[in-house]
Amino acid sequence: MQNILTWISDHQQMIYIVILMIFLGIEVIGRVPSVLHTPLMSGANAIHGVVIIGAIIVMGKAESGNYVALGLGFLAVVLGTLNVVGGFVVTDRMLEMFKKKK
Amino acid sequence: MGINILTLCYLIASVTYILGLKMLSNPATARRGNLIAAGGMTLAILATIFLYEYDGGLRLHNYAWIFGGIFIGGLIGTLTARKVHMTAMPELVSLFNGMGGACAALISIVEFDHLFHENKIDAAFFSDKTDGGMYLIIVAGAIIGSVSFAGSVVAWGKLSGKVKDLSFRGQHIANLVVLLMTISAAFFAFHANVRHANIPFFVTVLLALIYGILFVLPIGGADMPVVISLLNSFTGVAAACGGFLYDNKAMLTGGILVGAAGTLLTILMCKAMNRSLKNVLIGSFGATAVHTTVTQPQGAYKEISIGDAAMLMNYAHKVMIVPGYGLAVAQAQHACHELEKLLTDKGVEVKYAIHPVAGRMPGHMNVLLAEADVSYDNLLEMEQANEEFPSTDVVLVLGANDVVNPAAKNDPSSPIYGMPILDVEAAKTCIVNKRSMKPGYAGIENDLFFRPKTSMLFGDAKKVLQDLIAEIKTL
Repeated sequence: MQNILTWISDHQQMIYIVILMIFLGIEVIGRVPSVLHTPLMSGANAIHGVVIIGAIIVMGKAESGNYVALGLGFLAVVLGTLNVVGGFVVTDRMLEMFKKKK
Repeated sequence: MGINILTLCYLIASVTYILGLKMLSNPATARRGNLIAAGGMTLAILATIFLYEYDGGLRLHNYAWIFGGIFIGGLIGTLTARKVHMTAMPELVSLFNGMGGACAALISIVEFDHLFHENKIDAAFFSDKTDGGMYLIIVAGAIIGSVSFAGSVVAWGKLSGKVKDLSFRGQHIANLVVLLMTISAAFFAFHANVRHANIPFFVTVLLALIYGILFVLPIGGADMPVVISLLNSFTGVAAACGGFLYDNKAMLTGGILVGAAGTLLTILMCKAMNRSLKNVLIGSFGATAVHTTVTQPQGAYKEISIGDAAMLMNYAHKVMIVPGYGLAVAQAQHACHELEKLLTDKGVEVKYAIHPVAGRMPGHMNVLLAEADVSYDNLLEMEQANEEFPSTDVVLVLGANDVVNPAAKNDPSSPIYGMPILDVEAAKTCIVNKRSMKPGYAGIENDLFFRPKTSMLFGDAKKVLQDLIAEIKTL
């Protein structure tokens, strides 16, 4: 029990961020008109591609002999980039069509 | 110094995600919002590569690998995203989402490997030697990422027609059992002999992958948007686990933001279909639908010729078009806009009635019609459209089925009972374009087709629309 409490207070900053972000995420989305749901889902999809930062850290920390970390890290970087780049490009293509009509 | 600049970069990135999501909620600023978020992401990635420090001052190495991976991923991502047809967007989003999930799972696997080799796992969950919280986060990232990956790939396969629905008796129970086994395997790592803690961990990942597949397999077409949105928020949470792991605020903010927003979006979609999230998660839709439809006898329907349909629309005052997935499959959005222009030139008022879950994703139809330059003002949302149906002369249903099924209003035994629908029966006449009399993707018979006011116009949506245009031009 003591250890769990210590863990919570050690990570209190992160826990605060999690809680605030949950509310913020709900607030921000709450006002979206249904016409923008698809681009929004796609945009959100691109944003969670931020997981690539983790992949870069794994890759960059791997020692040159550790082939498990190197191989999996490389794969993670490729997949993460696919998520980020593909996500933003697809969203942009969708939104391109919402240009103000003259 | 460098590490402080990194913190600043992450702060800016986090703000751009929030701003980006906020701007995406308004049609006028949406595109800029997306670009701002993309800019923030680029900043965060570059800052990580060049400024990140660990273990008190060590810089990242293996630059060749990192840039190689980014180059390959970026190239494939840009090419597929640029080349894909508008109609295939939903499955592509699903696929990219799966890639993110796989990325999160791989990170967890590598980090577990570290933990394991440094002997940081033993029976005491929280102690000086083992960090139970860290292990829980690694396992959560691995499970959620794997489920998201496997589920997204199945959803992609289903939407592109490569994977068929599969349901068997007792599937909910099987799914629950697999989920419970996944979680118990994760905890077993702590009670097993420490030497072999990696075996239960990899069993956990394997089971999570199986769960992801089983979870999406039985779910039918009408639920796909909900599933993709849910898996999207899963990946968000998996990314946030990575943020916790590396004490990285940019990952944490982005991940949780998407997790929360995605969950809300999922719930909004469930509400539009009058179903609970639990119901979707357990995945009973496909199974019950099959049983209820077989027993219903087919009545008599009447067909209408292209000529008669053209005549009806030409002399109507107001025509309402109800697009559905059939329009997307046939790539008929441009033909549809052409018909709209032609009729408008002849003095007919033409509008579109958009059901929130028409197509395969919420807003799917809006994106398609926007691609064909249909004016934003002519797209009516469900409530507005339902108010206007009584004053409408002709409703043209283009490849939509479940969203206009009256069973949702008056048949309590129907699986879609209670879902708000477009009340097309209130109009004077209704022309339904379908390829055949086969039930829609959800597998439910549609009474609308047998009503006296309804006439059927069979054929591929694009071909039918082109024929209609040619016919109206001669009138």
